[in-house]
Amino acid sequence: MTNLLNWVLALPLIGFVAVIALPKSVARMVTLLLSLVVFVMSLGLVAPFLERGNGNWFVTDVPWIQSPEIRYHISLDGLSLWLVILSTLLTPICVLISWKYIDTRVKEFHAFLLLLEFGLIGVFVSMDLFLFYVFWEVCLVPMYFLIGIWGHDRRIYAAVKFFLYTMAGSVLMLVAIIYLYNKAGTFDYVNLIDLMQRGRLTFTQTEQFYLFLAFFFAFAIKVPLFPLHTWLPDAHVEAPTAGSVMLAAVMLKMGTYGLVRFCVPMFPQAARQNADWIVTLAIIGIIYGALVALVQPNMKKLVAYSSVSHLGFVVLGIFSFNQQGLDGAVYQMLNHGISTGALFMLVGFLYERRHSLEIADYGGVSTPAPALTTAFIVTTLASVGLPTLNNFVGEFLVLQASALVNIWWTVFAAIGVILSAGYMLWMVQRTFFGEATEDLRHHMADLNPREVAAIVPLLFLMLWMGVKTQTFLPYISQANARILQQSQSGVEFRAATPNPEAANGR
Amino acid sequence: MGDNFVPTAADMTRFLPELILTVIGTLIMVLEPLTREENKSRLGVIALAGLVAAMWGSAVAAADPGTAFNQMLIVDGFGTFFRFLCIGVGILTVLASFAYLNREHANSGEYYALILYSIAGQCVMVTANELIMLFIGLEISSIASYVLAGYLRDDKRNNESALKYFLLGSFATAFLLYGIAWIYGGTGTTNLTEIHRVLTNRDIAPLAGIVGTSAALMFVGFAFKVAAAPFQIWAPDVYQGAPAPVAAFLSAGPKAAAFAIFLRVYLTAFDTIADRWQPIVVVSALATMIVGNFAALQQSNIKRLLAYSSIAHAGYVMCAIAAHSQIGTQAVMFYMVSYAFMNVGAFAAVTHFARQGERYVNTEDLAGLGVRQPATAALLTVFLLSLIGVPLTGGFFGKFYVFKAALDANLVWLTILGLLNSAVAAYYYLRIIVVMYFKEPGDSTANLQPPAMGIQAVLWGSAAATLVLGIFPSWVLDYAGRSANLVK
Repeated sequence: MTNLLNWVLALPLIGFVAVIALPKSVARMVTLLLSLVVFVMSLGLVAPFLERGNGNWFVTDVPWIQSPEIRYHISLDGLSLWLVILSTLLTPICVLISWKYIDTRVKEFHAFLLLLEFGLIGVFVSMDLFLFYVFWEVCLVPMYFLIGIWGHDRRIYAAVKFFLYTMAGSVLMLVAIIYLYNKAGTFDYVNLIDLMQRGRLTFTQTEQFYLFLAFFFAFAIKVPLFPLHTWLPDAHVEAPTAGSVMLAAVMLKMGTYGLVRFCVPMFPQAARQNADWIVTLAIIGIIYGALVALVQPNMKKLVAYSSVSHLGFVVLGIFSFNQQGLDGAVYQMLNHGISTGALFMLVGFLYERRHSLEIADYGGVSTPAPALTTAFIVTTLASVGLPTLNNFVGEFLVLQASALVNIWWTVFAAIGVILSAGYMLWMVQRTFFGEATEDLRHHMADLNPREVAAIVPLLFLMLWMGVKTQTFLPYISQANARILQQSQSGVEFRAATPNPEAANGR
Repeated sequence: MGDNFVPTAADMTRFLPELILTVIGTLIMVLEPLTREENKSRLGVIALAGLVAAMWGSAVAAADPGTAFNQMLIVDGFGTFFRFLCIGVGILTVLASFAYLNREHANSGEYYALILYSIAGQCVMVTANELIMLFIGLEISSIASYVLAGYLRDDKRNNESALKYFLLGSFATAFLLYGIAWIYGGTGTTNLTEIHRVLTNRDIAPLAGIVGTSAALMFVGFAFKVAAAPFQIWAPDVYQGAPAPVAAFLSAGPKAAAFAIFLRVYLTAFDTIADRWQPIVVVSALATMIVGNFAALQQSNIKRLLAYSSIAHAGYVMCAIAAHSQIGTQAVMFYMVSYAFMNVGAFAAVTHFARQGERYVNTEDLAGLGVRQPATAALLTVFLLSLIGVPLTGGFFGKFYVFKAALDANLVWLTILGLLNSAVAAYYYLRIIVVMYFKEPGDSTANLQPPAMGIQAVLWGSAAATLVLGIFPSWVLDYAGRSANLVK
């Protein structure tokens, strides 16, 4: 337990037990302080990357179960680093935004939030397939309760649907994991990759196809990829604000992270052979999500469908199989976490004030609540991909990457960008501008200090990630380069992939 | 040993747990008329002490493994493992029964004595090395169980349960007996190792048809006892009608013992015709899982729901039997342990909130338990999550090992369908959690007393065991692995 990553992983679990054991009155404060401590500690995780560059840091590899051989093997590389920090950042923010909104069963709420944080961090740092699966499922339980207990009217339907969809996908992944173990004799990701690289572990084409599909199906449900996305609008709309934020900002990334970490390097041939239909589905998702968002009268649903659209870009980037594509995809994962997380928070603020999510019930909010409006507009602009804000970088990289493979992909995906500007700005216009009703003008408080404290870090990050990409991107690139190199061993290229320098020179 | 029919000291040591259980059971019967009404629960304490002593007896017997009574019994790791399991289930059942019997004003010595006798029968079953012995054990266990199912004799539901169980049960054991007769006719022996020896010897092996018929007839008997399709019809009615703690007992103890003899007979005597029985077990496993899970989706009575769920779980276990390997045996053993804890735990929770006359046994009656009694609700949630198979619970590793064994044996489709089935199952377990936590508290939980001591002990103990099995499965798994080697 000497290394930092173990503490970052263990503290939320300790907190979960502590919050259950401690009296109700201190639950909020304990959770806030603990999650802030975890966040500050997680910032320390960047240190070895700064000093020694990219690699697998904070490795802990001890046996957990002897037969079958399951190891507690965790480590951190450039791919997981920022996702871990994203999880630790959003947990205290979720406590802040729930400060007033959650007033029943406060203790359980915060306990589940910490359990969720534990699961999420675990997913991103596991280097053992079995351990990964355990954390993957652990995430399911707290989120199920968060939606089911503190959600809106149709929360039960949404919670059960969420659980069953994810479960159906993950059991197939479990079959694939067991199959891999029976074949290779290890669950260890690093070992597996190593065996494959050295040709000691090979799959027939059919085997690889089915294994890929089993993993892909589990991840695609989580992403969610069209047409497996139907749980998402329900879950997002019904969840309490903190639930939506965690779900959108971090949980969806479990799926895309899985694609990058497992599907691409472990089953490179199958991934490439299936890329065409996957990309087609991703592009359908981009356009379909955007079109549905365009006609939503409900703000939360609108943001939820915009997630379907944005996550399509991530999948498109991953299945372009080049450096820019993967970089853009991973960067876009973080961007979407920040900007959509912020959007859900802001919609939550509006809901707390007016108890309505219908766009039609608003209008002219900018007059009584200018700060809220400013925050919302900045977030909106980030979300639609305005240059100098974060999403632009990710979307640009993804579009560039897809253009290297097939220009038509870019053409269709770009339509999604245009549509996103349409639905987001239209919503802003209808909600914040125009004539405010008398009632609304008197009952629409502006942001209070607690809410400012919750939203400002995210606004700041949007700008930072949009302007100074060098803070984040190099680590991601190096991790991706390694994944790309692993995924190219023994693969015949579908399309020539130029190196990044050459591509940038064009 | 030859023709010497006088039991030796070693024979007696190897038979120690059964001796202890029978003696204590009889002692309770003698004390019963001498005990005053208000002191009857002391007999339960004696039963508890007897079970603990039987645990010790099993450990003593295991220290000196070998056969007893002219190879009628065999004390090996496998048998000892299941002895511990059945006795453990007995302890949990007795603990959960105190409150129930007091509540129903039905405290009497017979109840505890019958549980001890039933467990004695199960201990004989799991160590039987011979078909007649196996049959006797099964009958001792079953007859005691029939009576237990109808224990509250003035309750119609109890009567229905006992009658159905008895009629169908005796019919099924008749099949088993007929199967034993066939194999005896074919091989001239009822000793499992002898049968195996005869069947592997081409010169003296009987016609494949005779062996096959015998195996099929015995399959009917075993499948009935473990409630596997298509012989599962009795289970929901019996579990629903029987007193809740008895249902807990039936779903764990006799079932574990039945799986033990199923494995022992099919992996020793009928090992040579594995390629013939394997497809039958595969089909039965699949049918059991599907029937159990899809029927459970429709249930509103929680005892009935748990009955169908226990059918489904029997299906998962059959997948490991179909694997026909040592890993499979090990998986069955692990599964039965984790299943015993989570299922008895769930039934103990049902016993608690059903209250007098079992009035509250609908899932809807749990509304608001999460608010009214958070600890009970949390513990029941642990059991339900384990039944779903969520990681860090024993149920997850049970499923994991079972399906790993099935994949090892190249039963890919069985594994995929089995795991998809477990995703279906999540729905009905979640429904109980939904009612407990997401629904507004109703009248049914308004005047619920805190759980009695005995039930508390079962709930906390089983939940702790479920979590320990989910975090450190090696502790039980390694022991199962060492014991999974059946003497052929």
